[in-house]
Amino acid sequence: MPPETPVYTSYHPRWYRQRVSTYWWLGRWSYLVFILRELSSLAVAWVVLLTLLLVRAVSAGTDSYAEFVQWLKTPVVLALNAVALSFLVFHTITWFNAAPRAMGLRLGGRRVPERLVAVAHYAGWAAASALMAWMVLG
Amino acid sequence: MNRRPIEPLLWGLFSAGGTLTAFLLPFHVFLFLLAVPLGWLDDPGRNGLLALLRHPGTRLYLFALCSLGLFHWAHRFKYTLYDGLQIKHLNEIINTLCYGGAILGTLTAAWLLWAIP
Repeated sequence: MPPETPVYTSYHPRWYRQRVSTYWWLGRWSYLVFILRELSSLAVAWVVLLTLLLVRAVSAGTDSYAEFVQWLKTPVVLALNAVALSFLVFHTITWFNAAPRAMGLRLGGRRVPERLVAVAHYAGWAAASALMAWMVLG
Repeated sequence: MNRRPIEPLLWGLFSAGGTLTAFLLPFHVFLFLLAVPLGWLDDPGRNGLLALLRHPGTRLYLFALCSLGLFHWAHRFKYTLYDGLQIKHLNEIINTLCYGGAILGTLTAAWLLWAIP
């Protein structure tokens, strides 16, 4: 019979772990792609920040809006935003390609083909972009 | 394993933000941060944008985009730091900066969108 109150000891096993270099993600192409995909979140945060600054500039008046647009036209900011856009497109593609597996959509007891779910996502992307273009430019 | 009850909520916000930003941000960036500044498209001007921003639907859209986008960033960037740089032992600082930043950004977005003249 085991004792009613278990006896705990401070002993804790330590497993052998090989030290991994801080730059492990440079070792293989797929690792680098993984880290770049994860870093796309920085582009999301950057764009949210700029959007909020744009809202603030529009609220503040014509002069601050003109000043903000002028700042957006500087080469450094344009280059940063071009890089951000490429990361965001990368995020969209990887997200949509992973979505069918994450969703595991079933219809009438059968699993909806992954390709179909992915295609629906891309169609939704096109529709959302077209709607935005129409609302802003139309 | 982390078994904090808040964990599913954080994953949910990450996922919602990831989906929303995947659908909306690329064109949003192209339009406002590249095409207009580069002169490819006509600048809608301060008044045009103000009219758009005064619409409650636009404010709701921007609030969701900003808030969920920031929570997506917070969660993903936290794990990027954990895995990429192997600095999980700094988790308290990282959590504070990431989720704190997302909360602060959400409050700022709410305030800015509320205060539109």
